[in-house]
Amino acid sequence: MRPSDPPPSSAAPQTGTTRVKRGLADMLKGGVIMDVVTPEQARIAEEAGAVAVMALERVPADIRRDGGVARMSDPDMVDGIIEAVSIPVMAKARIGHFVEAQVLQSLGVDYIDESEVLTPADEAHHIDKWRFDVPFVCGATNLGEALRRLAEGAAMIRSKGEAGTGNVVEATRHMRAIAGEIRRLTTMDETELYAAAKEHRAPVELVRECAETGRLPVVLFTAGGIATPADAAMMLQLGADGVFVGSGIFKSGNPEQRARAIVEATTHFEDPGVIAKVSRGLGEAMVGINLDTLPEDQKYAQRGW
Amino acid sequence: MSSTFVPDRWIPGERLTGRLPATEQTLADGELAAPLVGVLALQGDVLEHLRALRRVGARAVQVKTAAQLAEVDALVLPGGESTTIGKLLVRFELLAPLQARIADGLPVLATCAGMILLSDELDQVEPQPLVGGLHVRTRRNAFGRQLDSFDTRLEVVGIDGGPMDVAFIRAPRVEEILADDVEVLASVDGYPVVVRQGLLWAAAFHPEVTGDDRLHAAFVATVRGA
Repeated sequence: MRPSDPPPSSAAPQTGTTRVKRGLADMLKGGVIMDVVTPEQARIAEEAGAVAVMALERVPADIRRDGGVARMSDPDMVDGIIEAVSIPVMAKARIGHFVEAQVLQSLGVDYIDESEVLTPADEAHHIDKWRFDVPFVCGATNLGEALRRLAEGAAMIRSKGEAGTGNVVEATRHMRAIAGEIRRLTTMDETELYAAAKEHRAPVELVRECAETGRLPVVLFTAGGIATPADAAMMLQLGADGVFVGSGIFKSGNPEQRARAIVEATTHFEDPGVIAKVSRGLGEAMVGINLDTLPEDQKYAQRGW
Repeated sequence: MSSTFVPDRWIPGERLTGRLPATEQTLADGELAAPLVGVLALQGDVLEHLRALRRVGARAVQVKTAAQLAEVDALVLPGGESTTIGKLLVRFELLAPLQARIADGLPVLATCAGMILLSDELDQVEPQPLVGGLHVRTRRNAFGRQLDSFDTRLEVVGIDGGPMDVAFIRAPRVEEILADDVEVLASVDGYPVVVRQGLLWAAAFHPEVTGDDRLHAAFVATVRGA
């Protein structure tokens, strides 16, 4: 694990520091990041109030439908989306595929998502994210997984959920797991923290930091299955700092209106009156998949180690 | 004897423990006279500003509604995504009340996205909702994309004790000053990055993420004197 950067000692600007990597995620808090596959969708997302867009070739629901190997997007598509909007642009690399990450950094994306939604390129190793100046967000299903990603240099965490299902149950499970495990750490004494680090298979320094601060050292978003304004607000009430919405917007009946509604519900996540108001007349949500009918080998959340 | 200020409810970025809000503030007797500073809480790094304001002795609350806006003695426009915050100001009918309060002399400290929102004009073709009031033309993402975001130390006029420790994250800068009463307090590459126009203060960087509270302290001191 790399220690945090010392404060700059001269006026010479320093890029790629842990502080500016984590800092960009801080600026996204309370916001919605939307999956987009075309410049036109990116403009719709920006107009709806997205704080950032995630550029990818197919939304997770289509990756499920089409099957095959899912990879990093065509650079032309990423460039087109960067051109289309003024908000930050994120893009996905396969787990462990450090060359896809190098390519995305060279394209100037603002964040890379090392994502289980794409087909993993390495079944043992994630990308060594400290080697990059661009910040990374990674998925996690529990606290140990989140801390292992931080040890590899991730600057932001998202709970995984089960992408492309329109079913929020896995996102709920992962948010409750991460928040609950942190709450347990806060009640432990120093000796117990060593055992907890072993149990979570995570560096004790990071475990201790969570115990002291009562949260992850980075911003925690949620992802995977969010389809309605109420889903988004529920995730914030469970302790998410913001939400990623993938298939839930552009696989619904009225993407513009649904995207706006999810943004507004995320801002007023504790006000059921606002959530009710923005939920009216949204049209069809994406159909959704029940998790018990999903074959084991199609559960993306199990990817990553 | 002390009185406990009513803590905010959970705010993005806050502890997940529920029982012990880190933002709870205990003020000594007499400090109830401390200024009540709101942080616009539609999106962005609201929590960092609340904490910085409390560290420098202000009472700080989040502002999400026109009723909350009416109560505060001063306002912080935080970092975040300026297009998102601007659209939410319009949709939740906060833009006109905020513009009215600023016209009435509400002190405002704006950082990064906040600086964009407080500007009268932007250096771009695409329209986006602005609060305005600060007579400058500002350029968004003026230093480049995230790969160009940087940490640095910067001398700021009126801030004693050496250069400030600051982070510029997809930061804006002032391209042109549009009125004589705008003072430039700091510049990078010849472009203003901290400006002050009476009670309106704006910084292109994020003093709230580095723990260097001197700009907040100077702002709160001005509010106390206003």
